[in-house]
Amino acid sequence: MKTNNKKNSLLTIFILIGVFVLVFVLEQILPANAMLFTVLQKGVIYALVAVSMNLLNGFTGLFSLGQAGFMLIGAYCYGIFTIPVLERASVYQYFDGGIIKFALPVPIALILAGLAAAVFAALIGIPVLRLKSDYLAIATLGFAEIIRAIFQWDKLGPVTNGSNLLRKFPSFNDFNITDANGAVIIRMSTLVPFIIVGICVLIIVLLINSSYGRAFKAIRDDEVAAEAMGINLFKHKEMSFVISSFFAGVGGALLAMYQMTIQASAFKSNMTYEILLVVVIGGIGSVTGSCIGSFLFIACSEWWLRGLDSGTFLGINAPVIFRSGFRKVVFAVIIMAIVLFYRKGLMGENEFSAYGIRNFFLRIFNKKKGEAKK
Amino acid sequence: MSEETKSTNNCVLKLEDLTMQFGGVIAVNDLNLEVNQGEIVALIGPNGAGKTTAFNCITGVYEPTNGKVTYLGNTIVENHPQGKMKKLYTGENDGKYSNVVSQTPDKITKIGIARTFQNIRLFKSMTVFENVLIAKHLHMKQNVFSATFRINRAEEKRARMETESLLEEQGLLHLRDELAAGLPYGLQRRLEIARALATSPKLLLLDEPAAGMNPQETQELSDFIKQIRDKYNLTILMIEHHMDLVMYISERIYVLDFGKLIATGTPAEIQNNQRVIEAYLGVAEDA
Amino acid sequence: MDLISKYLPYILAGISVGGQYALIAIGYTMVYGILRLINFAHGDIFMAAGLIMIYLAATMPLAIALPFVIIITVFIGFAVERVAYKPLRTAPRMSVMISAIGVSYLIQNLALYVTGGLAKTYPSIPWISDTIKIFGSTTKRVTVITPILTVVLIAALVLLIKTTKIGMAMRAVSKDFDTSQLMGIKINTVISVTFIIGTFLAAVGSLLYFSNYTAIVPTSGAMPGLKAFVAAVFGGIGSIPGAVIGAFIIGICENIIKSGGSSWTTFSDAFTFVLLIVILFVKPTGLFGEKATDKV
Repeated sequence: MKTNNKKNSLLTIFILIGVFVLVFVLEQILPANAMLFTVLQKGVIYALVAVSMNLLNGFTGLFSLGQAGFMLIGAYCYGIFTIPVLERASVYQYFDGGIIKFALPVPIALILAGLAAAVFAALIGIPVLRLKSDYLAIATLGFAEIIRAIFQWDKLGPVTNGSNLLRKFPSFNDFNITDANGAVIIRMSTLVPFIIVGICVLIIVLLINSSYGRAFKAIRDDEVAAEAMGINLFKHKEMSFVISSFFAGVGGALLAMYQMTIQASAFKSNMTYEILLVVVIGGIGSVTGSCIGSFLFIACSEWWLRGLDSGTFLGINAPVIFRSGFRKVVFAVIIMAIVLFYRKGLMGENEFSAYGIRNFFLRIFNKKKGEAKK
Repeated sequence: MSEETKSTNNCVLKLEDLTMQFGGVIAVNDLNLEVNQGEIVALIGPNGAGKTTAFNCITGVYEPTNGKVTYLGNTIVENHPQGKMKKLYTGENDGKYSNVVSQTPDKITKIGIARTFQNIRLFKSMTVFENVLIAKHLHMKQNVFSATFRINRAEEKRARMETESLLEEQGLLHLRDELAAGLPYGLQRRLEIARALATSPKLLLLDEPAAGMNPQETQELSDFIKQIRDKYNLTILMIEHHMDLVMYISERIYVLDFGKLIATGTPAEIQNNQRVIEAYLGVAEDA
Repeated sequence: MDLISKYLPYILAGISVGGQYALIAIGYTMVYGILRLINFAHGDIFMAAGLIMIYLAATMPLAIALPFVIIITVFIGFAVERVAYKPLRTAPRMSVMISAIGVSYLIQNLALYVTGGLAKTYPSIPWISDTIKIFGSTTKRVTVITPILTVVLIAALVLLIKTTKIGMAMRAVSKDFDTSQLMGIKINTVISVTFIIGTFLAAVGSLLYFSNYTAIVPTSGAMPGLKAFVAAVFGGIGSIPGAVIGAFIIGICENIIKSGGSSWTTFSDAFTFVLLIVILFVKPTGLFGEKATDKV
């Protein structure tokens, strides 16, 4: 049992390194504007946000719908603190260049983005986490709306730029290594987000498998029994909420980097719903499910189903039906089908493990060998 | 006050004038009860007599309307009618208590009172091992960072060892990787007790441990309860309907009816108590 | 006097919007009372009613279009329950809530597809869109009609629930789902009727609400839907008078906030949620909600 676990984690590490190497190589050989990179970059961001939501909804049993709000805080925090000083005058053109006159390095700003979301979550959690399931959902949704309204308030313009865009902050492309003339030598614009998200997800997985993770699951299974086991409900719920929001904040900052602009009106409840649906597709209570779900979701909506919007799909040319918006309809129908008929999602509560894959292939191999003997 | 209780005897749990009123209904009415170190005490009474409500008041699930609970000489729960209840209250001893002491169930568990539930409440999606391991969480020296980054490795290992040896003692070790929900009923009850023991309690509250068991299993259970009492140096308060079990293992019995204490004494005294018989069988008319 | 003439238009608008919220809120509160489900799709059905009105009014006379709008909307509400909620009757509550969110997502995307992403102009309904004068301030006739119509419809609804057989069944189901099933109440019929009533009122509310606006976009239903839900929570979810009072309070308050000037308009939406969080903190069961204790 023990050795299996060790083998398993070793194998997993090898596979992950393999993925990173693959991403790195692909990035060097494929053109930078390939659709694949859009999917990989956005997918990996959604993976982080979905896993963080899963920590809350799937592992702690708290049905929270505040994810978009915390992403917004993270995105704004990142944007506000990283816009180069020289660019501030043009970005904050209606607010005299804003009141912040310095810029932080990207890694620090990313952590700050998470911390800002976490601090907000800690404050919000105090009243909200005492509520029962569906009240919690609506209260967190409400908080996300309030946060959005506050960030758009023109009195806060010198900090948030009011309802105007934040832009010109470092994006993924700034991770590329360039020579003195600004020409790209080594592309890192997809690899770095992969590494950042990898670290974040690793931390979440470690947390889930720790003593605290077990306590979270106990709360999910039965609050009364968990309390009788000496688990302080509020403390642990708050912990899960704050940690989940931290990573949502980091995810929001990454999304800002990907989109290169930030506008509060983009972080509507629809964004939370999309992330929730990703979690459902992957399986509530499965980290790997959330990751796979994210890439599938983004690949479908940004790439594979594009044809549904532009007239031709799978060789069928029907511009009357396949016009703008049809993709999302098909998508919503697929999601409803999953919700209704395939409630456990792709992974259920299981994890996709390297050892599992190895066993799977071994079984097939052995079967073949057996057949050959016959 | 606390000195007085300490000086009387080795009293572990003491309920004074405990009253729980829901709206206009008094579920527990002026209950006074004492459990001494090492005793097995039974709380019996017809369905709806308020036994489980009393448990819930002790363990912090409910806040009683009036009265006080003392554990090892320290007040752990105390309340008096407040707010709306001030007007509604129809119980006794109004005005006797002025302090308000209220704790969440996890605090009560932490100071050494563990319980089981009438309708088994295991963590269904977890294995037998994990169910017991959860109970070790509260005594582990760690915080969320040390746990996430595995700095608490020694603590975690200790918790796992303790869980393993506890399961071994309870004869459940061979089932460690089974899902709790998949166990037969009798074993689920045993697992729930094992899980309660894992919190290292001094006082164990058992809510109908023999519910749904056949006579054979019940017999085994009574020996088991005595065994764990001696082995872990426990004091036990239990709610039970199986009279064989109650009479066989309890040192003293309290009888509740409609929330009120109607009798208390040794098993022999209770068996011959007219009021108890009436409460259980009803009053025969013109008999 | 100055104060009155300054605030009167806002208060009138508030009462009117409040009435419209009330009509939506009842759908939420009744469904929650029976299924313990936040019907996230309700606001979108409300929006769909608006779109249907636009398309129907373009092809047929208004007198025929109006009843058709209501009938089609009610059918949508009925169908949503049958397709998306009924199969999940025994599933955990979270699944049903996710299904509701899925339906909301589907309706919004369908609307996006049908409209091609363009804002659609709402037809002006003669008579109720006419401008009239009250106490010296000009307003549309719908402002006056809404509260009256709301009160009449709700009175009828309360009568229905108090006196008819189906009303009694609804009350029984909301008290205890399982037991009423054992008592021979046809649970699916009761639930369907609840959805039909809820969407009927939402359709009427939609006709009134959108006649104040020039155009509809696919997300038009989300905000009024959320606000109506907050109204239902504020009044105590499951309670019809609670929902109505909550809706009027929210409608009036947000319009008074709007009167504070443009920088406050941003907060008129946020205010609703501040109110929600305050009420949940102070009295989680709302103004008229019943307290439920979990049995341990």
